[in-house]
Amino acid sequence: MPGLSDLYQEILLEHNSKPRNFRRVENPSRTAEGYNPLCGDQITVYLKMSGDIIDDVAFQGVGCAISRASASMMTQSIKGKKLSEANQIFDAFHLMVTDPISEPDYDTLGDLETLSGINEYPTRIKCAILAWHTLRSALNDQGKKVTTE
Amino acid sequence: MPTGFDAEKVRADFPVLQQFVNGKPLVYLDNGATSQKPQAVIDEIVRYYTTENANVHRGVHTLSQQATDDYEGARAKLRRLLNAADDQEIIYTRGTTEGINLVAHSYGRPNIGPGDEIIISNMEHHSNIVPWQMLCEEKGAVLRVIPIDDTGELLMDEYEAMLNPRTKLVSITHVSNALGTIQPVEQIIEMAHAHGAPVLLDGAQAVPHLPVDVRQLDCDFYVFSGHKLFGPTGTGVLYGKAELLDAMPPMYGGGEMIKSVTFEKTIYNDLPYKFEAGTPNIAGAIGLGAAVDYVQSVGYQAFGPYEDELLEYGTKALSSIGGLRIIGTSPRKTGILSFVIDNIHPHDIGTILDAEGIAVRTGHHCAQPVMQRFQIPATARASLAMYNTKADIDALVRGIDRVIEVFS
Ligand SMILES: Cc1ncc(COP(=O)(O)O)c(C=O)c1O
Repeated sequence: MPGLSDLYQEILLEHNSKPRNFRRVENPSRTAEGYNPLCGDQITVYLKMSGDIIDDVAFQGVGCAISRASASMMTQSIKGKKLSEANQIFDAFHLMVTDPISEPDYDTLGDLETLSGINEYPTRIKCAILAWHTLRSALNDQGKKVTTE
Repeated sequence: MPTGFDAEKVRADFPVLQQFVNGKPLVYLDNGATSQKPQAVIDEIVRYYTTENANVHRGVHTLSQQATDDYEGARAKLRRLLNAADDQEIIYTRGTTEGINLVAHSYGRPNIGPGDEIIISNMEHHSNIVPWQMLCEEKGAVLRVIPIDDTGELLMDEYEAMLNPRTKLVSITHVSNALGTIQPVEQIIEMAHAHGAPVLLDGAQAVPHLPVDVRQLDCDFYVFSGHKLFGPTGTGVLYGKAELLDAMPPMYGGGEMIKSVTFEKTIYNDLPYKFEAGTPNIAGAIGLGAAVDYVQSVGYQAFGPYEDELLEYGTKALSSIGGLRIIGTSPRKTGILSFVIDNIHPHDIGTILDAEGIAVRTGHHCAQPVMQRFQIPATARASLAMYNTKADIDALVRGIDRVIEVFS
């Protein structure tokens, strides 16, 4: 098993203690709720779109350090992006945390690479990915509750 | 006061405990989820499959007879463990969950109707909530929930006020899996009986720690899981008073549970076979019998006080950690140390402890209403067994110090 410090990196802990965009969005164009029944983690993602640009994105909820930091970094990485770009980031992130063999797409991922250590901790992948599935549900405006199960 | 119990000797009987996990000696503190198995249980299952495997109650041949004798012999051990009056009151199940569902189906459906009430508590495992919700939904009955106080004890006055002629069943956990509280079950049963309501006790977390005497308790149903009592998974027991079981229809139809079948009429078998349709978990039952022998050879009177001492030691040690709060602080507890730490999610606690070789459970422990009651999403839970030691607790404390260090 890799050292814990690969998982709980400084930057992750910092996002956990001071999550970015941890708030509601007034009059959001889209929202979605996510839930991990295994641990009770719960998240709401708010989006404000103008055309196909993500003008604002924020989240609220309760969760572990990994799910909070992942959500916080996610909002940073997609804010101001086009819908298609956000989907691309989603795909790169999803691949990075679920597939230990593939080479991460560092250009697309930026800071999100911090979370690459998670694929060594199968029990925690769902924590990292909850916010992202919830985002995707909001992006696609499916509007139904997402669960990790 | 030290009890003089030799936990190291017990520990040596459990091969799983003799290993390193993530480079550290395993500290197994997840006994509430499932316990480890002593060599004697493993050997008995191997012996059965190696020398005796055959179907039970079917054959005239020698192996079938031996398998039947051992399968029924294990039932007799379980009857003695619970001090039931008769072997026919011991029904083999797959575990606690199946036992409760069987009672909900075969006792609940014929006896509970619209407007009737079933009482449970705020600290039940989901397996003692959902089957009753399903039954209430089907029958138009009402589920009532005894509230608990901040220490994790039942509010007995509220319970008293809840009992009435519409109360048709009380189903309560003997020991809470999320909090460790030992319920005042004698009193619960007496009060229910005064209102004519039978009582089911969920003994999943009780039997591994406390001697249980179903006749002294006068409970009507008692269920537990073999895998939490050092036995195999997929095993368990439903005890029921013979007169209640006799009147209940079977849950499954098939072989073994019938006396005779024609297309016009089928006559059900006698107890306990009426409830044991199909080929049972024979090796599991025999393994569970070996687990009962093992537990009794160590002796509740020997490991019980030792576990109490360990729990007290652990409670003191964890209480001295700044920012840590124990959830479930009743003075009447066994086996369970549930806790939360300020600003650190239990999941992260679990992962960091695991890296230190320490196994605890984190989450809602299949008891979400308890978490809601304490307004927390989850806890970390260390759960003890007779093979745990003060050294395990010390390792846990060091592990928690490490968690706090990572997050500081
Ligand atoms: C109090 C309690 N009841 C019921 C259960 C369910 O047991 P099983 O999963 O073995 O059926 C458990 C086990 O987690 C428990 O702790």
